[in-house]
Amino acid sequence: MSEHTVAAYDKELATLSQTILEMGGLAEKMLIDAMDALVAMDLERAKIVVARDPRLDALQRQVEEFAILTIARRQPMAVDLREIVAAIRVSADLERVGDLAKNIAKRTQKLGEARIPRAAIGLKHMSDLALLQLKNVLDAYATRDIEKARVVWDRDAELDALEDSVFRDLLTFMMEDPRNISFCTHLLFCSKNIERIGDHATNIAETIHYLVTGEQLPVERPKGGSSTVTTGK
Amino acid sequence: MTDLQIMTDMSSKPETTAAPRANKLEVRNLDFFYGEAKALKNINLALASNTVTAFIGPSGCGKSTLLRILNRMYDLYPGQRAEGEVLLDGQNLLDPKLDLNLLRARVGMVFQKPTPFPMTIYENIAFGINLYEKLPKSEMDGRVERALRGAALWNEVKDKLNASGLSLSGGQQQRLCIARTVAIQPEVILFDEPCSALDPISTAKVEELIDELKEKYTIAIVTHNMQQAARVSEFTAFMYLGELVEFGPTTRLFTAPEKRQTQDYITGRFG
Repeated sequence: MSEHTVAAYDKELATLSQTILEMGGLAEKMLIDAMDALVAMDLERAKIVVARDPRLDALQRQVEEFAILTIARRQPMAVDLREIVAAIRVSADLERVGDLAKNIAKRTQKLGEARIPRAAIGLKHMSDLALLQLKNVLDAYATRDIEKARVVWDRDAELDALEDSVFRDLLTFMMEDPRNISFCTHLLFCSKNIERIGDHATNIAETIHYLVTGEQLPVERPKGGSSTVTTGK
Repeated sequence: MTDLQIMTDMSSKPETTAAPRANKLEVRNLDFFYGEAKALKNINLALASNTVTAFIGPSGCGKSTLLRILNRMYDLYPGQRAEGEVLLDGQNLLDPKLDLNLLRARVGMVFQKPTPFPMTIYENIAFGINLYEKLPKSEMDGRVERALRGAALWNEVKDKLNASGLSLSGGQQQRLCIARTVAIQPEVILFDEPCSALDPISTAKVEELIDELKEKYTIAIVTHNMQQAARVSEFTAFMYLGELVEFGPTTRLFTAPEKRQTQDYITGRFG
């Protein structure tokens, strides 16, 4: 796209995008570390994840304030307006991703001794997929690639299906031995967190689509898994 | 349905939610020449009844020229000619036999700079009415009041109707000109940059007024202020170098225009 007559305007939009990508990197790192901490029962690492969250929150506020300032100063139109609205939305999604990763880390600190290592394997698969989704959607945001965003959007069903099987596994462990219940309940929440992270990735994919085309994707997304039904939601 | 839904629905699909509106004015294959120079190239568009249509584009793109054709203002200047058709309720107003006074009574115009006549506020309004009809004093008083009310000026001037029109502030003068235009009960009102000489408060009053006026009139407005076009109009035409580049619902044009040139212009990327 050609440049604005006012060069400072280009710089402001670039600053917004860069801050979003910094947030994305931070959110990814938090999820990686939170899962590593969970699988390895590494309480120190879990603590680091929790400590990193305020930085993500601060960046999100920065994006919001800067976006509002830019709207006031430039009265953006068309693609610029969509760009700024997208920045506000994506930053909110990434901030939530950070919160969910933090929550996994906090639960890791509470898990205690009674744990079954193999119970976390399914979760690891989920988080690998969620991370891939997050990485791809951030790439799509950086390059304004709607094809790539669309792939992320379509692929969320897989994550839902994985959550389903994790749910069944954890249920089995709980039925086998009531002493597993506390541990497995924490893991259930963690799997829900990862599934939510996947949803935020699809939100971002929708935002990218809107940013580039000015059109909204359909409200209904391909669905997979049924745990949302069995959990009574 | 919430108000918000109605608003966004209306903006995205005006043709389905609003009752189908007849076209008040239709421009067909219009070319315009200043002597040898072609200023408008094959313009085709329609102004729907009781809607506001905004014309935007860089200086010299032909938007004011187009507006001046809609009430044959260009006829005042030798060497200027239009080819094609401009239909007002189906009647071609480019027809040389057309009575121009009658046309200009049907299609009123408000200019960039307020142009009150050097006479009293009352006379400013009565003058135009007198050209077309002879009214007894009491009836004329009523018409003047209605026109001033219609232009949202009555409360500010009702106690000084005999003061000079030139004694008013710029914003009041512009509304006086609008009152003068609505006094003769036109069908279409053309606004050529009506707020460019006004402060933000006066601008807001004129915009509010335009919003009310569309209940009764079909409105075309030329403006350099894109936020204004976005605020007051239902349809927007973007013109460049004498051509109509894009014409469509305002909300669409300002959020996701189809043409690259439109996008560049409204986002401030024009070289």
